[in-house]
Amino acid sequence: MTLAAIAFYALAAIAIASAFAVIAARNPVHSVLFLILTFFSAAGLFVLMGAEFLAMLLVVVYVGAVAVLFLFVVMMLDVDFVELKQGFLNYLPIGALVAVALFAELGLVASAAAQAEAARPAIALNEQAAVTNAEAIGRVLYTQHLLLFQLAGLVLLVAMIGAIVLTLRHRPGVKRQDVARQVGRRRAQGVELKDVRPGQGLRERV
Amino acid sequence: MSALIAEHGPLWGFFLGVGQILAILVMLLLTLAFILLFDRKVWAAVMLRKGPNVVGPFGLLQSFSDFLKFVLKEIVIPAGANKTVFILAPLITFVLACIAWAVVPFAEGWVIADLNVGILYIFAISSLGVYGIIMGGWASNSKYPFLGGLRSAAQMVSYEVSIGFVIITVLLLAGSMNLTTIVNAQQEGIWRWHAFAWPTIFVMLPMFVIFFVSALAETNRPPFDLPEAESELVAGYQVEYSATPYLLFMIGEYLNIVLMCAMMAILFLGGWHLPWGPVPAGYEFLGFIVFYVKIWVLFFLFAMVKALVPRYRYDQLMRLGWKIFLPTSLAAVALIAGWVAYGRPTLIGGGS
Repeated sequence: MTLAAIAFYALAAIAIASAFAVIAARNPVHSVLFLILTFFSAAGLFVLMGAEFLAMLLVVVYVGAVAVLFLFVVMMLDVDFVELKQGFLNYLPIGALVAVALFAELGLVASAAAQAEAARPAIALNEQAAVTNAEAIGRVLYTQHLLLFQLAGLVLLVAMIGAIVLTLRHRPGVKRQDVARQVGRRRAQGVELKDVRPGQGLRERV
Repeated sequence: MSALIAEHGPLWGFFLGVGQILAILVMLLLTLAFILLFDRKVWAAVMLRKGPNVVGPFGLLQSFSDFLKFVLKEIVIPAGANKTVFILAPLITFVLACIAWAVVPFAEGWVIADLNVGILYIFAISSLGVYGIIMGGWASNSKYPFLGGLRSAAQMVSYEVSIGFVIITVLLLAGSMNLTTIVNAQQEGIWRWHAFAWPTIFVMLPMFVIFFVSALAETNRPPFDLPEAESELVAGYQVEYSATPYLLFMIGEYLNIVLMCAMMAILFLGGWHLPWGPVPAGYEFLGFIVFYVKIWVLFFLFAMVKALVPRYRYDQLMRLGWKIFLPTSLAAVALIAGWVAYGRPTLIGGGS
């Protein structure tokens, strides 16, 4: 067994075990931490396949940004975990059905890809021009699939604007910081020097 | 390490690789001991104090005595803490701070892993650094650490965005994500360093400043040390930590600061090359010294900022990150991309 095979089995085992722990963990914060471990192991698998660019993107985007927000939200949730667990058996059949459907789809895609060797063009491009990962992906994304790429960006933009529109409310009576005014404030507006006479104090204002 | 294994066989190649890693770690930790002292000395000098001056000549051994003190003290774990996560958090901080150095080239060829996506690797690892802090804050099961952890998560995620865009401008100019290639693209001298190269200086010098400020925020250095603002949060996420776990947090923090200095030297200031030209082949040690000096000079800036600038307010911090740095760096990416694609004379630069 080569070193790469050992690494693959170790990473795959950790990925599967921690993916299981995501749904098995009692504490939701632990679930998110296991989810992060799963992402990280998946990134390791990408590296083993020679897709180091994708691996780094997975870590930067999913582990470094998305999972942080998950963790952020889950930590601040105040939920009764015992109550959450009670409906578990009711949802089990539907959940199992979804899992079976997903697994079947994965199997179909994998076998179809293996038969048609659908993944060949990308790999061939990579080997043939001896370019790095990032360059190969860039060429595919920005030349062959430019329109789809831009459309995907637009979809994300619309989603972002939608989220902002749904949550942005101008409530009255909220104190806001006006930075321009704060920065523009001069010393003369904030400080007034008074000559205080001993024993008399200031008369006009307290 | 694979090159070493190919050259010396599996056994000796492996041991040589491990030896290199250990050598770099020891060098880093020694540097850290003195850079910590340097930080305190600079801070003291600005305040007209003497700083640590009792242990060893000029207090040179202060960091080592601190180290011994931390290691020998008892580790206190709060009763309500989540023990596994509580211990895991400082470990994660320390390990992540160490493994980021794997791709940093100290001189021509002096690098453990010369990755094609080296800069992305550092970016990925430093974006993981927030987990140590947020896990420590949560696991302490106490209000101040929790608030500190939340603050730091929001802060680090915000400033990573602008750091990412600044890195992209450098990538566009160098045409590579490999750190060695990025350094060698600036080898001709100070007029080719990415911060000062001629027409792009108008964009890249501000980008250098943005990177510096974002690095301050990313590493929780003053004036952006809100996660551990002592006047409001006692010590933020570190409140419940003592002895060795606290030491690991602190070493991780300072390693990240030195890493940011190294990144600035590599991305903007020509890495190991001299200001008047490249370091000739065979003089790698000279290159290492040049790189080392650049790190110390940049760290001096970090220390001076800590001493001179009062702490930011939290809403100002967020405003600076999202409303000023993000649009500016995004515009810079567009400008530099346009320059690389249409304006740059084709003879110059290491582009592909």
